[in-house]
Amino acid sequence: MNALFPFLPELVILAGALVLFFLTLGTGREATARWVSIGLAVAVFVGALLTSCSSATLFDGAYRVDAFSQLLKAIVAFGYGCIAFLSGGLRDIRTEARTEYYLFLSLSITGLLLLVSSVDVITLFIALELSSYPLYLLVPMRRERTGQRSQMESAVKYIMFGVAANGVMLFGLGYLYGLTGSTSLPVIIEKLPPLLGSPLALTGLALTFAGLLYKLAIFPFHFWTPDVYEGAANETTSLIASLPKVAAVAVLVRFVSLASPETTAIATLLTCLAIASMVYGNLIALVQTDLKRLLGFSGIAHAGYALVGFVALDQAGYAAALYYITGYMVMVLACFVVICHVSKDGTNVAISELAGLHRRAPLLALTLLVGIFALAGIPPFVGFMGKLGLLTAALARGHTALVIITVINSAVAVYYYLRIVRATFFGETEGEQTKIALTPAAIGLCVVLMVVTTALGVFPTQVVDAIANALPAAIALAP
Amino acid sequence: MLSTPATGFPFLSVLIFSPLAAVAVLAFLRDERLVRWWTLVSTTALGLFSLALLPRFDTTTAAFQFTEHTPWIARLQINYALGVDGISLLMILLTTLITPLCVLASWNYIKVRVKEFMIAVLLMETTMIGVFCALDTVLFFVFWEAMLIPMALMIGVWGGPRRIYAALKFFIYTMAGSVFLLVAIIALRLKTGSFSLVDTMGAPLAPGFQAWVFAAFFISFAIKVPMFPFHTWLPAAHVEAPTAGSVFLASVLLKMGTYGFLRFALPITPLAVHQFAPYVLWLSVVAIIYGGFAALAQTDLKKLVAYSSVSHMGFATLGIFALNPAGIEGATLVMLNHGITTGGLFMVVGLIYERLHTRDLAAAAGIGKYMPVFAFVYGLFCLSSLAFPGTNSFIGEFLVLAGGFKVSKLMVACAIPGIVAAAAYNLRMLQKLAWGGVNNPDHTGLKDLNFRELVMFAPLVVFVLWIGLAPQPFIRLIHASVLHLVQQANPAVLP
Repeated sequence: MNALFPFLPELVILAGALVLFFLTLGTGREATARWVSIGLAVAVFVGALLTSCSSATLFDGAYRVDAFSQLLKAIVAFGYGCIAFLSGGLRDIRTEARTEYYLFLSLSITGLLLLVSSVDVITLFIALELSSYPLYLLVPMRRERTGQRSQMESAVKYIMFGVAANGVMLFGLGYLYGLTGSTSLPVIIEKLPPLLGSPLALTGLALTFAGLLYKLAIFPFHFWTPDVYEGAANETTSLIASLPKVAAVAVLVRFVSLASPETTAIATLLTCLAIASMVYGNLIALVQTDLKRLLGFSGIAHAGYALVGFVALDQAGYAAALYYITGYMVMVLACFVVICHVSKDGTNVAISELAGLHRRAPLLALTLLVGIFALAGIPPFVGFMGKLGLLTAALARGHTALVIITVINSAVAVYYYLRIVRATFFGETEGEQTKIALTPAAIGLCVVLMVVTTALGVFPTQVVDAIANALPAAIALAP
Repeated sequence: MLSTPATGFPFLSVLIFSPLAAVAVLAFLRDERLVRWWTLVSTTALGLFSLALLPRFDTTTAAFQFTEHTPWIARLQINYALGVDGISLLMILLTTLITPLCVLASWNYIKVRVKEFMIAVLLMETTMIGVFCALDTVLFFVFWEAMLIPMALMIGVWGGPRRIYAALKFFIYTMAGSVFLLVAIIALRLKTGSFSLVDTMGAPLAPGFQAWVFAAFFISFAIKVPMFPFHTWLPAAHVEAPTAGSVFLASVLLKMGTYGFLRFALPITPLAVHQFAPYVLWLSVVAIIYGGFAALAQTDLKKLVAYSSVSHMGFATLGIFALNPAGIEGATLVMLNHGITTGGLFMVVGLIYERLHTRDLAAAAGIGKYMPVFAFVYGLFCLSSLAFPGTNSFIGEFLVLAGGFKVSKLMVACAIPGIVAAAAYNLRMLQKLAWGGVNNPDHTGLKDLNFRELVMFAPLVVFVLWIGLAPQPFIRLIHASVLHLVQQANPAVLP
C-alpha cells in the first residue's frame, strides 16, 4: 500500500473509470456519471496535492512520481473538473452515448495523468495512445444532423492524422533506442547529449517531437485542428483544445531538454515551427466566421507562442512555456464555457450569433471578454504574464528576430479577438432578445474561470515558483 | 538610490485602488441615480484625497517620493514599485480633477447601461493613476495596456454612429505600438538586470542599443501622443467617443505618450534622444502646422477640437525634445493646460450636442445669444486654446517656444503659421457660436448652463485663469524634477 501511495491519483481515476464502466451498462445514468466525474476530478486534484511531496520510481523505473508530475496532474485535474462541470446537459451528444461520454472523458484524462509521469518511452507511448483513443471516440459521438455527418469526417481526420503522427514519433523513438540501447529516459538523458552532433540523433529527436506537436497542433501537424474543432460537439472541443496541450508541453519539456542551449539545430527547428504556427494560425484566424474554428486557428498560434519558450532551450524557457500553456488552458476554457451556453441546441456558434450577448447573458459576455482579452495578451490577465515570461526567456538567449515576430503576431491577433468583442458588446441586437438562463453550476464555473484567469495574471508568483521548482526534477530525472 | 524612504502610509496605492473599491460597491447598486451619485461622490472624494499629497510633497528634490516597494513576481524580478516626482504628481492631480468632471459630463449624456459606464470610468481612473505612479516598467506596462479595455469599450458601446470602427482603430493602433514597448522593456531588463525604472535610468548602454530601444519607445509613445503621422486614430476616436471618453482621451491619455517620453526615453536613452531629436522636433513642427490647418477646415466641432489636440501636442513634443529646462517645463505645462483647456472644450461640445443633437458648426451658430454664461465659458476656453496671454496655455507655449528658440530659430519660425492657424480656427468657432446667425429660430428655447454644468466648468475656469495669471506654484512643483531630467538627458553634463 505504502509503495503505491504516490500512485494514488491514478488509482483513484482508474477505480472511477471502472465505476463509470458499470454505469454505462445501464441506461439513463448520465447525471450520475457526471457527478462521478466531478467527484473524480476533485479526488485526483486532492490526491495530486497530497502526493506532491513524495518522490518515487515505480514499475521497474518506468514510472516516476515527483513534484513536477504531481503539479501537472493537479493542473490536469482542474481542467478535468471544469470540463465535467461545463458539460451540463451534453445536449449535442447522442442520448444513448451520454454515459459513455463520461467514461471516455475519464479514460482520456487517465492517459494524460500517466503521460506526465512516464519516464520510459514505451510507457510514455502507451499513455499517449490511451489519452488519444478515447478522444477519437468522443468526436463522432455528436448527434447526427440530417444530411450532415461532419462529426464522422472530423473523427476520421483526427484519427488518421493522430495515428500518422504517432507512427512518426514511434519511428523517432526507435532511433533514440538504437543510439542509446535503452527505452528508459534517464538512460537516454545520460547517453544522448554526447551524440547530439550526429544527424541520426537529431533526426530521432525531431521525429519524436512529431507526436507531441500533433497534440499541440503545431504548424505541419495542425491539419486536423479546424475540422475537428468544428465537427466535434462543443464540450468535446473544449476538452481537445485545452488539456492535451498541457500534457503535450510537459512531455515535450522532457524531450527538448535533451538538447542543450548550444544545440543550434534543435533551436532552429523549433524557431521555424514556432514562426510558421504563429503566422499561419493568426493569418487564417483573421477570416474565420465560426467561433470554434477561429479558436482552433488561434490555438495553433498559441501553440506557436508556447514553442517560443522552448527555443531558449533552458529552464526559464520551459517554465515560461508551461506557465503559458497552463494559462492558455484556463483562458480557452473560459471561452468554451461561453460557447457551450450560448449555442442553441448544441450547434456551433458563429461570431454573428454573439450579437447582443451582453444583454442576453451579461455574465457570459463578461466571461468571454476576460477570456478573449487574456488570449489577446492584454494585462492584467494571464495571457500577458505568460507572454512576458516567454519573450524574456527567448530574448535572454538572443532570439531577437523571433521575439519581434511574436509581438507583431500578437498585434495582428488583436484584430480577430476584437471582432469577437465587437460582436458581443458593440453589436446591434435586432430580432430575438431571449435571455440565456444559467444554472448555478454554470455561474460558478464562469466566476471561477474569470477569477483564475485574472489571479494567474496578477498574482502569478505561486504558480511560477511551483513550476520553476518542479522543473529540475523533470529535466534531470536523477534517481 | 534616487528615492526617498517610504513615508509609511501608502498614499499612491490608496489612490490607485480606491476606484476599484468603488467599483466593488457599485456592483451592488441597482438604482441609476444612486449609481451616478456614488461614482460622483467617490471620484470627488478621491480628488480631494489626492490634494493631501501636495503639502507632503517636497518640491526641492527631484527624487521620487511616496515610494512603495514590494516584490511582486520575485522570480522575474518584477516589483510593485510606486513613486512620484513633480511631473507625475501634476499628472495625477490632473487625472483626479478630470474624473469627477467626466462623471458630471456624463450625467445626462449616458442614458443606457449607466452602471457599466461608471465602472468603465472608475477602471480608467485606476489605470491612469497607475501609469503615472509606476516605477517598475512591467507595472507601467500593465496599467498602460489595461487601460485600453475600458477605453475601447467606452468608445465602442456608448459612442457615436461609427463607434465600432473608431474603437477597433484605437485599440489596434495603440496595441501595435505598445508591443514594441514591451520588447524594449524586456531588452532593457536583460541589459541592465532590472525591470526597475529607477535602476534603468542612467544605465550605461551602448549607442546602437539605445537607438533600437529609442525606436521602440518612439513608436509606442508617438502613437499615444499622437504625433504626426501616427495621429489618424485620434480624430476617429475623439469624434465617436462619448463626451467623457473624449475628455479622458484628450486630458489624460494623450499625456501618457509625452509622459512616456519624459519618463522613459529621455533618462534611459539619452544618446539616442540627442541623435534623433532634430527629426522629432521637425515632426512636432509639422504636427503644429498640420493640426492647425486641419482644424481650420473642420465643420464638425469635435473634429475641430480633435485636430487642435494634434497641434497642441506638437507643442508638447517640441518642448520635450528641445532638451532644455525651459522647453521641458513648458512641455509639462502644455500637457497640463491641454488637459484643462481641451477637456473643457470637449465638455462644451458635448453640452452643445446634448442640447442640439448636432455638432455641426453651422447648425450651432448663434447660440451665444441665448446662453450668455455658456458663451463666456466657451469664449474663455477658446482664448486659452489659442494661447491668449493671461490664460494658461500662453505660459506653456511661451516656455516651449523659448526653449525651442535656443535650439533652432528657423524651426520656431516655421511653427508660427500653426500658431496663427490656432488663433484663426478658435476665433472662427467662437465668432460663429457666439455671434453668428442670430435669427436661428431653433435656438430660442435653449437653456443656459444649469447648476450641474456650472459646477462642472467652474474648476476648469479657475485653473485656466490661475495658471494663466500665477503659474509660479505649478512651475515650482515641477522645477526640480525637470532640472534633474534635463541633466539625465544630457549625459555629457553629468559630473
